[in-house]
Amino acid sequence: MEKIQLNTPVTEAEIRELTAGDKIALSGVLYTARDAAHARLVEALETGKQLPMDLEDQGIYYVGPCPAQPGQVIGSAGPTTSYRMDPFAPRLIKEGLRIMIGKGERSQEVIETMKKEGAVYLGAIGGAAALIAQCIKQAEVIAYDDLGTEAIRRLEVEDLPLICVIDSDGNNLYHRD
Amino acid sequence: MPIHVEEVTKVVAEMCMEANYVLGEDILEGYQQALEREESAVAQEVLETLIENAKIAKEEKMPICQDTGMTVIFLELGQDVEIEGGSLTEAINEGVRQGYQEGYLRKSVVADPLERENTGDNTPAIIHTELVPGDKIKLTVAPKGFGSENMSQIKMLKPADGVEGVKEFVLKAVEEAGSNPCPPIVVGVGIGGTFEKAALLAKKALIRPIGLCNQQEELAQLEEELLVKINQLGIGPQGFGGETTALAVNINDYPTHIAGLPVAVNINCHVTRHKECTLG
Repeated sequence: MEKIQLNTPVTEAEIRELTAGDKIALSGVLYTARDAAHARLVEALETGKQLPMDLEDQGIYYVGPCPAQPGQVIGSAGPTTSYRMDPFAPRLIKEGLRIMIGKGERSQEVIETMKKEGAVYLGAIGGAAALIAQCIKQAEVIAYDDLGTEAIRRLEVEDLPLICVIDSDGNNLYHRD
Repeated sequence: MPIHVEEVTKVVAEMCMEANYVLGEDILEGYQQALEREESAVAQEVLETLIENAKIAKEEKMPICQDTGMTVIFLELGQDVEIEGGSLTEAINEGVRQGYQEGYLRKSVVADPLERENTGDNTPAIIHTELVPGDKIKLTVAPKGFGSENMSQIKMLKPADGVEGVKEFVLKAVEEAGSNPCPPIVVGVGIGGTFEKAALLAKKALIRPIGLCNQQEELAQLEEELLVKINQLGIGPQGFGGETTALAVNINDYPTHIAGLPVAVNINCHVTRHKECTLG
């Protein structure tokens, strides 16, 4: 199957066209955030503070990378398990977030919000962290530096290999029957 | 001959790096066998990606997975060993500190489970000590990722539940874990002992190379039966469907109380890592 080339920022129409099972090569800017950063982002929204990045039409990659060795852009950087972000994800989707990248199951609430707002959940191959790091061309911490590996990074990725796990109609590659 | 703590620190640091960079031959062999068995294109592609990833990690000396784990260490301490130069526990933790720093491994440990501030050096390690005869120290370093650790379960079954109850519980744990723990997984099962002993048995089962079955015939058969049943669940590599949900089921058992049948299921991802060495 041919890979679909996708570039961030995306449009709602591009997202609505994706179907569970589609293979994707993603390029452009992605933001990293996992457990602690999600808690802070949602807290910022709830207290009326500005987010450190604009989420409109953007993507978040659930990853806590290894430190970069000398000469590397980033260390190994595979996806973390996504369900831990479920309590926070709907709020971020409502801020315009269109792409979430991780591995594993999502809650029904997240899926319903994806359907309503037009967002997708893409899977990266868990554990393929050395290989994925080679698709990351730039990485810079932009917020919450004190969180170490959990800080928010702005990544520039090239042809990141992904698979559409849950599309914006709620079709789910994990539950094919 | 006394063993100096500096020697312990040095080998622990080296093993932390080695375990995270170089995937064991047993697991690589497991990927190959799975690849030959799988018929679905997506399952094959996932397995090929994992093989390629392990190759890159080894060549570039970078972690196979970004979750370089909480460092679980099995210490077999000979009762006649003389330790010199300081605290053995501190020497092991210093080895973890140095290995994770020098090896550019991720620091994934928080000091307080509720306050959640990162310790910054991946310490403390989880050290399981067993006293054994002799004058040597055997150390096994097994970094444990938490995507799979979070999917582990323990249950105090009734004696009347028997082996059928054990099978049912193991299958339920694996099914509930689904795609979350990065299948194909390795399933460590502990049967018997007490509440904490069962968990430890399951954890220790994960450092037995896959392909080596339990030496008790009936447990070896149970391992085989469970592996077949798990692989019939259809979860497959990464949960995208297929024949290979698990690479192996390793069971350890221990005597238990007349009133109990504890069962622990410790799940490990496809990056099941461990290195060992003996000093003295």
